[in-house]
Amino acid sequence: MSLVMLTVAAILFSAGTYLILQRTLSRVIIGLGLISHGANLLIMLAGSGPANPPVIAGAEVPPIADPLPQAMVLTAIVITFGVTAFLLALALRSYLLTGTDAVEDDIEDRRIGRLGQSAEAGEAAT
Amino acid sequence: MTWLLPAVVAVPVLGAGLTIIVGRRLLLQRAIAVAGVSFVLGAAIALLISADTGAPVVTQVGGWAAPAGITLVADRFAAMILTVAAAMLFVVLFYAMAQLGRDALDWWFHAKYLVLMAGVALSLVTGDLFNLFVGFEIMLIASYVLLTVRTGPGEVRATISYVIINLVASALFLMVIAYDYTTTGTLNLADLATKMADVDPAVKSGLSMLTLVVFGIKAALFPLFMWLPDSYPTAPTPVTAIFAGLLTKVGVFVIIRTQTLLFSQDEPSTLLLFVAGATMTAGILGAIAQNDVKRILSFHIVSQIGYMMMGLGFLSVAGLAAAILFVSNQIIVKTGLFLVGGLVEAEHGTGALDRIGGLLHRRPLLAALFLPLALSLAGLPPFSGFIPKLALVQEGLALDRGLIVGISLAVSLLTLFSMTKIWGGVFWGEQTDAEKKAPPGMVGATALVVALSLAAVVFAGPIVGLAERAASDLIDPAIYAELVLGVGR
Repeated sequence: MSLVMLTVAAILFSAGTYLILQRTLSRVIIGLGLISHGANLLIMLAGSGPANPPVIAGAEVPPIADPLPQAMVLTAIVITFGVTAFLLALALRSYLLTGTDAVEDDIEDRRIGRLGQSAEAGEAAT
Repeated sequence: MTWLLPAVVAVPVLGAGLTIIVGRRLLLQRAIAVAGVSFVLGAAIALLISADTGAPVVTQVGGWAAPAGITLVADRFAAMILTVAAAMLFVVLFYAMAQLGRDALDWWFHAKYLVLMAGVALSLVTGDLFNLFVGFEIMLIASYVLLTVRTGPGEVRATISYVIINLVASALFLMVIAYDYTTTGTLNLADLATKMADVDPAVKSGLSMLTLVVFGIKAALFPLFMWLPDSYPTAPTPVTAIFAGLLTKVGVFVIIRTQTLLFSQDEPSTLLLFVAGATMTAGILGAIAQNDVKRILSFHIVSQIGYMMMGLGFLSVAGLAAAILFVSNQIIVKTGLFLVGGLVEAEHGTGALDRIGGLLHRRPLLAALFLPLALSLAGLPPFSGFIPKLALVQEGLALDRGLIVGISLAVSLLTLFSMTKIWGGVFWGEQTDAEKKAPPGMVGATALVVALSLAAVVFAGPIVGLAERAASDLIDPAIYAELVLGVGR
């Protein structure tokens, strides 16, 4: 495994994690894209070192790249693509329904928030 | 016989395509869906019989021999869970047809349902880690779309968090695949099992932890369960019921499979037992605090996952047998409870405990359906939940793990308490007026689930024997490796 590529994967993961923790849905989706790119890169690295040629009929180069991870990454990219497209459609739907791009609060969180507010209001009144 | 194994995945997918081709002809769509689901149920039973009589079906897809190609395996464990899962998918399909039938929004329900079934079947029978990823994704994508059958604000909000969490888990799963491939150069589970023996213990425990986290998210283990009670209750009842019965249990299935096959050890795992105790406790405390039938039941899913982990944590034949029994019993009981919750909701338009009451007098049938399932969930004899719980407690005491046994018994009591909360809220109290009566098809399907759960008690002897044989297959990774690698060569 090449250290440079591993570092790139690490950067993709950390940037993706940062973006997922944001409140804005569009940033979350970009973050998810980065994280899955990082994972795909790791799979590619699992196959072979950098600059090894792919399997070519008749080629006499001894270290050839393992074709299996490439096939797996293709599958993974297609799956992530499909799910991300679905998520974008959901984000649009959410924007049309609520008018904002933010991830909404959990129902329970909102209930507890309201309880806290009413408790504070009660304290202020007494 | 070997053609049955790829067919349990291919037939539902083909059926899904067909339901789309026939377009808006509801009767045809239903006929295709019923035919597809019945085929899988029949095939699963045939595979189970074949596996139990000593000839488990193993197929190398495309004729590529085992370590290079993709293997499909129906050993006792996989075939047993597949049979129970297919039975539930069969029953819930009829429930869904009675409930959602005339709703114009649900033209593609049958296609999604069949794809979900294909994903579940593939995840259960595959013997290859990357194929497992594909199976999980098929199942999850179908579940995303099923969650948004209705696209109101509530559903969209819940589905967004559900999709995001599952995408993160999928990225982590890809990392597991990359690391496994780097360390061993194979992704075939049987081949991985033999090669894992030579891997450095530190690397191995890292892989084991990462695998546990990935499937812990999918199976809703403590502390990774927070997405479940938020997203499940928003979907229509048949969808929630099948999610509750199947999706998390497939996650548990994979945890049991990977922990026994790839990372097996001889003594009880304190980590797994800790996770088990924490999952039980957190789930049940959440359930007690809720005030809506479906939300209470959703937290119960989490709590019951803890018991399955407890059986796995013992890492002994008796413990694993109890876990397998627990999984198959939970699939039935949990689906049934959600179906009853759905009946209450269909009649009153709400599942909030403080807005309904007095059903015992007006609808004694619903109470009769709810009671055996609720008592089974709490583990009271003579209902079906009692047998696996008894086995867990006995094994825990035999292994001298008193703490986890104590926690599990306390959680059982609290389960009973929260069931009495539903009972008191829904069936006792002041009588409320219902908007309408649930269609007889829905009640009939629910009754069938209850009957299955009761049949599991009547035939407890053979079922326990089957689970014990399945567990003794699991405890020795060499049996699985022999099964897969021996046949291919």
